[in-house]
Amino acid sequence: MTAAMADPAAGGADGRVPRFDDVSVGTMLPEQTFQLRRVDLVRYAGASGDFNPIHWNPRFATEVGLPDVIAHGMLTMAEAARVVTDWVVDPGAVLEYGVRFTRPVVVPDDDLGASLVVSGEITELTADARTAVVSLTATANGQTVLARARAVVRLR
Amino acid sequence: MAIDASFVGRSYPATEPYLVGREKIREFATAIGVTSPVCHDPVAAQALGYADVVAPPTFAVVVTMKAGNTVTFDPDLGLDYSRVVHGEQSFRYTRPIVAGDELAVSVTVESIRSVAGNDILGLRADVTDASGDPILSARSVVVARGRAGS
Repeated sequence: MTAAMADPAAGGADGRVPRFDDVSVGTMLPEQTFQLRRVDLVRYAGASGDFNPIHWNPRFATEVGLPDVIAHGMLTMAEAARVVTDWVVDPGAVLEYGVRFTRPVVVPDDDLGASLVVSGEITELTADARTAVVSLTATANGQTVLARARAVVRLR
Repeated sequence: MAIDASFVGRSYPATEPYLVGREKIREFATAIGVTSPVCHDPVAAQALGYADVVAPPTFAVVVTMKAGNTVTFDPDLGLDYSRVVHGEQSFRYTRPIVAGDELAVSVTVESIRSVAGNDILGLRADVTDASGDPILSARSVVVARGRAGS
C-alpha cells in the first residue's frame, strides 16, 4: 500500500487524480486558509473584469451601506474551490460547483486583510460515475460566508 | 423603481465569440492563487489529454458576468445596480474550458422576485464553443438590496 492510499485525504499529493476506491463518505480534504488583502481584490478585479467599486473603493462601499470594501463573492468562491482542485489535481475533474453567498467578506485596509478558512468533506459517492460530492465550509473572521457550497468531482 | 417582472423567460442573443487566451487563464489562475501546472503549463495539460492549459472552475465568470450585465444594466429592467450583491452562483460543466476555446454566451432570465423590499434576479448563462456544442451552464442570483424606508 502506498502512502497516498494510506492517506486518501492527501489525494493528489503524488500529482495524480485521487482514486475513487481510496475515498469514502466522511473523508476530509485538507483545510486551507487564504488571506484576502486589498491588493488581491484589485488583482482579481483586473483578471475577472469585475470592477464594481464596492470591491476597491471604501468611500463608495460605505455610501451604499456596506461596513467597508468587501471581497468579490466570486473571489471567495474561487478560493474555496482550491480546496477541491488542489486535492483533485485536474481542474477539469470538477463537473459541478455551486455556492450561496451568505455574508460579505469585509476586507480591511491592512497587511493581513481577511482570513478565509475553507474545509471540505466527501458527503456522497456515486460508484457508476466514479464521482464524489465535496461539501465545503468557508468562514471569515469566524463567521460562515458560504452556504450550500458543494462540488461534484470525477475521480480515477 | 420596481423591477419589471415581465422580463422572466426573456432570452438574449448569443454574445460575440470570446477567444480564451493562454495568458488570460494564467492571469486568472494567478489572481486566485492557483499554481497547478495544468492551469499554467501546456505540456502538463497535454499530459492529461487537454489541448492547452485548463481554466479553473470559476473562470467562466469572465464571460458569463459580462453577458449577464447586459441584463442587469438594462434600464428597462429597473434594477438598482449600485445596491446589487451576488446571492448565489453555480456552474455545471459538460467539459472544462481550455485555452483556444471560442466561447459564446446566451443569457436567459429565469426568475424575478421581490422579497422584503429586495429585488432578486435569477439568470442562466449557457456557454457554447465555436461548433455550438455546450461547455457549461452557469446560474446566478443577484440581489438588489432595498433602501430603508423606500
